[in-house]
Amino acid sequence: MFHYLAQRLATILPTLFFVSVLIFGLQQLLPGDPALILAGEDNDPTVIAHLRSTMHLDEPFPVRYAYWAGGVLKGDLGESQRIKKPVLDLILEKLPVTLELACIAMVIALVIGVTAGVISAIAKDSVWDYAANIVALWGLSTPNFWLGIMMILLFSVTLGWLPASGYVSPFEDLRGNLAAMIMPAFVLGNAIAAVLMRHTRSAMLQVLSSDYVRTARAKGLDERVVVIKHALRNALIPIITLGALEFGTLLSGAVLTEQVFSIPGFGKLIVDAVFNRDYAVVQGVVMFTATAYIALNLCADVGYFLANPRLRG
Amino acid sequence: MSTLAAPLAIHREASPGARVLRRLRRRRAAIVGLAVVVGFILLALFAPWISPYDPLQTSWSAVRKAPSAAHWFGTDEIGRDVLSRVIWGTRASLLAGLVSVCISLACGVPIGLLAGYVGGATDALISRMTDAMLACPFLILAIALAAFLGPSLTNAMIAIGVSATPVFIRLTRAQVLAVKVEDYVEAARALGNPPWRIALRHVLPNAISPLIVQATLAIAAAVIAEASLSFLGLGQQPPAPSWGSMLNTAKNYIDNAPWMAVWPGLSIFLLVLSFNLLGDGLRDALDPRR
Repeated sequence: MFHYLAQRLATILPTLFFVSVLIFGLQQLLPGDPALILAGEDNDPTVIAHLRSTMHLDEPFPVRYAYWAGGVLKGDLGESQRIKKPVLDLILEKLPVTLELACIAMVIALVIGVTAGVISAIAKDSVWDYAANIVALWGLSTPNFWLGIMMILLFSVTLGWLPASGYVSPFEDLRGNLAAMIMPAFVLGNAIAAVLMRHTRSAMLQVLSSDYVRTARAKGLDERVVVIKHALRNALIPIITLGALEFGTLLSGAVLTEQVFSIPGFGKLIVDAVFNRDYAVVQGVVMFTATAYIALNLCADVGYFLANPRLRG
Repeated sequence: MSTLAAPLAIHREASPGARVLRRLRRRRAAIVGLAVVVGFILLALFAPWISPYDPLQTSWSAVRKAPSAAHWFGTDEIGRDVLSRVIWGTRASLLAGLVSVCISLACGVPIGLLAGYVGGATDALISRMTDAMLACPFLILAIALAAFLGPSLTNAMIAIGVSATPVFIRLTRAQVLAVKVEDYVEAARALGNPPWRIALRHVLPNAISPLIVQATLAIAAAVIAEASLSFLGLGQQPPAPSWGSMLNTAKNYIDNAPWMAVWPGLSIFLLVLSFNLLGDGLRDALDPRR
């Protein structure tokens, strides 16, 4: 176990280094003098001078990178030019909203995706199988921001059942919070449900054709017990691991979903930062996301390692 | 005579390309996907002749009119014909899909080939850089790139193309690693061919099938990504028509002009679905195990 962890960490450190170079290098793409662009329309000489000194713009690229990376290692992702707050504080402020959205979306995706995948596998080549495959294709092909707009049209404008936008904290009003989150979470979970359905179907088909399932059936066990206790439990390990890897899709999707439903989360933070040319926030959000993704990947790998006795040796 | 001619004809027809086409023809969903994609390509090419109105022409007497005989898909918030804008918007979406995947292929295939064929420290370096890019979620990386490059359709295509490159690097590398140990590659090496010739003439052509499938599916992802960037205001800039930016405007008028949102979204869905169906069909047709 220790050897395995050490091996994984040895590949993660260079990856994190390259992520940071890539993200810091984004600044090089800005056309012209970054200080002039970051100072905004005012072109205030004191602001420009301040930016030059704080960002070490007179220094060569590797030196500037070293200053920035040194800060990142200490948890300093820079300061928002517009809100004048540390980027990390802004991220931590917005993160709980997006995490709540992502968790509800993942539950919805698991329920729909795993159920459809199991049905599709046990009824292979039947009408149910085709229907589940069509639903998966629909999920993969629908732009989630359009689905969001269509759901607002149906459930908010036409039926008046759910609020079209906005966010209420669950600590203030739990029912209001769920009413505001259910549509965006469904929109976000839709595409992931499709991916999970395909994974579940292939994992279940593989498990259902294995010897121990045949043995369980030969013993005369009830088909429900065979499917749920013997097949699904074993098929779930790769599904959950792959589910963890869908975290990136969740965050990408959250950017658009939060924009459609005006949810003040992580995604809205990056979009607002883009339009306010708050580049430190953009860099900070990407760095944070990539690090979280790498950490989650590691957790999924370790979880898979622990759950699979053959790997543990 | 005729009994001999028939097997010969079958034998002549069974070239790899013909076999793939024959298998693809048997997959009805893939053929439907291909037909819809061709339909969209024709719409994009003949947009000036097909679209009933100028997509930029405003009309204050026809603001937010519901679909009618004069305007089949209705009009938008400044009286522009939605059908004409949807037809012209096909150009931005298809262009973004094709150009960004070409960028990904042009960058990803040579780098993947280099990593897989040369191996060693070069492979380790390229693999770590690829991991780093894959650690940034695709759309978030594309948004960040588009933000720093500046909002325009060209920059959106570059951002999407660069963000999708690591997938092609990884896929090419994996294929090359599998192919380069084959006997025919060994034979080519024993004959004294230079490494670049072996890589380009013997390894790459035998590693290309999964790349074709991935490219088709990547076009679908790129079409959604372009629409997403345009929806956020980072792609095609107004007043030029694009499905994503049309949806961005439409969401503000959803309660009194829902048709503004329905058609551009449906077009994205249809085009992406068609590329996905085609990609799935190609995967089956190109897989020798099936």
